[in-house]
Amino acid sequence: MKMTKYAAAAAFALTGVVATSVSYAQALVKIDGSSTVYPITEAVAEDFQKAKKNAVRVTVGISGTGGGFKKFCRGETDVADASRPITKKEMESCKAAGVEYIEMPVAYDALTVVINPKNDWAKNMTVAELKAIWEPAAQGKITSWKQVNPAWPDRPLKLYGPGADSGTFEYFTEAINGKSKATRGDFTASEDDNVLVQGVSRDVGGLGYFGFAYYIENKEKLGAVSVVAAPGKPAVAPSLEAVVNGTYQPLARPIFIYVNAKAAERPEVKEFVEFYMKNGEKLTKEVKYVPLPAKAYAYNLDQLAKRAKGTKFGGENKVGITIEQLMKLEAK
Amino acid sequence: MKEQDLQALRAIIAAHKRWDWMFGVLGILALMVALMTFASLFIDMAINGLGRIDIDFLTSFPSRRAANAGILSAWVGSVLVMLVTACAAVPLGVAAGVYLEEYAPKNWLTDVIEINVTNLAGVPSIIYGLLALGLFVYTFGFGQSILTAGLTLALLILPVVIVATREAIRSIPQIIREGAYACGATTWQVVSDHIVPYSSPGILTGVIIGMARAIGETAPIITVGALTFIAFLPPMPFAGDPPAGVFDWLFAPFTVMPIQMFNWTSRPEAAFLNNAAAAGFILVLMTLAMNGLAIWLRYRLRKNIKW
Repeated sequence: MKMTKYAAAAAFALTGVVATSVSYAQALVKIDGSSTVYPITEAVAEDFQKAKKNAVRVTVGISGTGGGFKKFCRGETDVADASRPITKKEMESCKAAGVEYIEMPVAYDALTVVINPKNDWAKNMTVAELKAIWEPAAQGKITSWKQVNPAWPDRPLKLYGPGADSGTFEYFTEAINGKSKATRGDFTASEDDNVLVQGVSRDVGGLGYFGFAYYIENKEKLGAVSVVAAPGKPAVAPSLEAVVNGTYQPLARPIFIYVNAKAAERPEVKEFVEFYMKNGEKLTKEVKYVPLPAKAYAYNLDQLAKRAKGTKFGGENKVGITIEQLMKLEAK
Repeated sequence: MKEQDLQALRAIIAAHKRWDWMFGVLGILALMVALMTFASLFIDMAINGLGRIDIDFLTSFPSRRAANAGILSAWVGSVLVMLVTACAAVPLGVAAGVYLEEYAPKNWLTDVIEINVTNLAGVPSIIYGLLALGLFVYTFGFGQSILTAGLTLALLILPVVIVATREAIRSIPQIIREGAYACGATTWQVVSDHIVPYSSPGILTGVIIGMARAIGETAPIITVGALTFIAFLPPMPFAGDPPAGVFDWLFAPFTVMPIQMFNWTSRPEAAFLNNAAAAGFILVLMTLAMNGLAIWLRYRLRKNIKW
């Protein structure tokens, strides 16, 4: 008897709630998007809330760059984390929903090609060699290191890489194979970079790629490949300096946040983005990403003040762009 | 009886007893596989995570520094989502179960419904997440909130609750119903005075099994938009300025334990793996606490049943 009464009461309470549907309004900054940009945005969100004594609330989700833009272009979020520039399709859906945005590069991510520490033959690799390994035509054919370079031993080549939903995958395939998402299919793919770290560290013939932060945290278990961008150029190991001075090519890429221009009128969003740019350099370093030069953050603040809308990429990924080149581009 | 026959008989009995014994060993081995799997996982989590568990871990928000990071927003989120799930799934599931057992005419339509309810229990949870994304988040406009997540998980465990309710009701002796009807009771009176109270221990078990499944669910919760970083709690009723409404917390953004763990396991820093183990340990404790509560309630309720 009692049970049914409680149950009925609970059911009524619930319908009551649903009917009144109180809106939950408070100073809130909503962010969603790429898992690559997440550590930086999380650090900024954490410090921003402390600095504001919790008067402003910030939420950060991980839906991937594509998922983040879907929500952003529906106007559900104020800021989108993106590990690549907005695409033409996403520009259209934003336009259709009347969402305008300010594009801000916030850091560099150096994609790092890693090998097993016991691998002493492939410490330097050319882009052409990487292409020979990863291009779609290599599927099932290139299975030994010797096939890539006759000077290398006849050891089985075991490949590890991120899954197809990742912006890292898109950028790497574009930079190495010349076409986004074009790759051989017979490699161990995982969205969890720690799985890739484990794979390469246990396999002498292993080769993989992922973001610089995962290499730095596991550098005693892995070796980083120095990349030769073009014949005749020196082999460059991934490092902070090499990314900043533009010699680590073509695997250094800028990562972005996109700010909803209308939301930027709200004081809490504007303050958050300003905080992001003012503390970006310090926090980016702390989470093991490569910060942009200080003038780039100042430039972003200027863009925010001017409400400079649009993207400078015109819906395409530009491989190997430096921040200086980026600042000179005109928004489209 | 001849001595020879007796011996043959004894041999047969001994052989049968051997089989008995062997099956017993086999059963224990099968049980050990299940138990050892859980035990080894649990011990592994304890070894990696116990060092991280203290009051600060339970009362801190997530952080980029592994040593400062805590699970406050995650466990509060999980508890609140479970609360909504229970409030929605129990009345609906029990009502549906009671109807199917006591009211529904026995015809082909009821059979079809029964088969479908049982099949629903096997639908992958991500499907419920997609349904909820369209229905609760967009059509009803609940947003990416605790309410949405709770209702989603309620849908997920509804079949389990319904099936458990029906099993519990079926175990009530027919005599009870016949006696009550003979005294002139209506179906409603039979249900509310006898069927539901007597079957409540069984229903409770089903509800807890469902809840234990729901608390560990990640896929549907991610689909409806649970967050990864959230460093504030849902508003307490009447707290804050301006004071929050009684039900404002239902519409607050949230995260839950499994998502927090998932995020930590995919971080580059090894220290976060310990955090994930610690969070996993707490999650198991939460599930055990829920089961413990159910056992205690079942014991209390059973004591009151006398027939």
